[in-house]
Amino acid sequence: MKPRHKKLAIIASGVTALGLAVALVLNAFESNMVFFFSPSQVAANEAPVGKSFRIGGLVEEGSIRRQSDGVTVKFIVTDTAKVIPVVYTGILPDLFKEGKGVVAQGKLAADGVFRADEVLAKHDENYMPPEAAGALEQARIQKTVMTK
Amino acid sequence: MAINWFKYSSPASFYFLAGKMIPLFTIAAIILFAVGLYIGFFVAPTDFQQGEAYRIIFIHVPAAWMSMFLYVMMAIWAGIGLAFNTRLSSMMATAIAPTGAMFTFLALWTGALWGKPMWGAWWVWDARLTSELILLFLYIGFMSLQAAIDDPRRADKAGAVIALVGVVNIPIIYFSVKWWNTLHQGASVSITQSPKMATTMLTGMLIMSIACWMYAIAVILMRTRTIILERERHTVWVGELQGVTK
Repeated sequence: MKPRHKKLAIIASGVTALGLAVALVLNAFESNMVFFFSPSQVAANEAPVGKSFRIGGLVEEGSIRRQSDGVTVKFIVTDTAKVIPVVYTGILPDLFKEGKGVVAQGKLAADGVFRADEVLAKHDENYMPPEAAGALEQARIQKTVMTK
Repeated sequence: MAINWFKYSSPASFYFLAGKMIPLFTIAAIILFAVGLYIGFFVAPTDFQQGEAYRIIFIHVPAAWMSMFLYVMMAIWAGIGLAFNTRLSSMMATAIAPTGAMFTFLALWTGALWGKPMWGAWWVWDARLTSELILLFLYIGFMSLQAAIDDPRRADKAGAVIALVGVVNIPIIYFSVKWWNTLHQGASVSITQSPKMATTMLTGMLIMSIACWMYAIAVILMRTRTIILERERHTVWVGELQGVTK
């Protein structure tokens, strides 16, 4: 083995060992690396109790209720399996819509209502013109009609 | 093989080769930026969810891709320099760092500008954003470590260690949106799946990416030439070069 090949082997094994170490650390930290918990995870008591955390999911269709003060909003976050009612006072992002992704930070009160102090919109990775989105929606409706 | 490629691993011959290549890449970058920006602003349709605001994607995604790609290139060159003691590869690594850092900053900055209107926040500590910020710190760490060591060959070696260690961050950035729940959405374009974008949007984004690539090659070659001149200033060929230009 030439010295430079030996050197290369040492570097390569060093990088591999380091990569392995990082992979193991990340694996161990995985549960702490999540940005938000889904309603199912909250229902399974995986979310921290009594501390501020984030929940994420979809805003349930037809669940948004604006309160009479004009800035307080009640809505339901769902992951299609479990739901969490959320109450929030403040300005909502433009993309906050029924049926769309949302991430809310706050605390879960004893009555099971999530009191949010920050609401962020989570959008998906699809980009298309409105006409294409309309056509897709039309196709989806037709498909559901046909399967019924 | 008629061409002896190793000839160009000598700084002196690379200096002249790079000098010839720079104008080509510069012209390609200018043309592609013009075409890409035109498509981005005028041809690509408005998005169904985000309206016109999504158009920042035409610089955000290419910048983010370049930030990761250039880091890998930097680490490869630095690693080759460390393993085989080749001067030019270490100089290439040093030359790549500032451009890589610039693209990382651009990706973070445009991301913040995009995040405020769409998500409702300039910055969140999710896995994607945090790992991209770490990438910026890795670039800055690489550059400041090299700047702190006077002997260029020792600086090359120390920098190479940082560069190689930092490579683990690249798959973390790329897969962060898959491995963890993040606010940042998943990849719209990937090797395994068909793109989740309208064709004209995708075309614009890819042209902008190639434009960024051409720009990066051009400025990195310029920087490499400067580094070669600085480090080889006591050699005969640089002396002759000065004689010629006088």
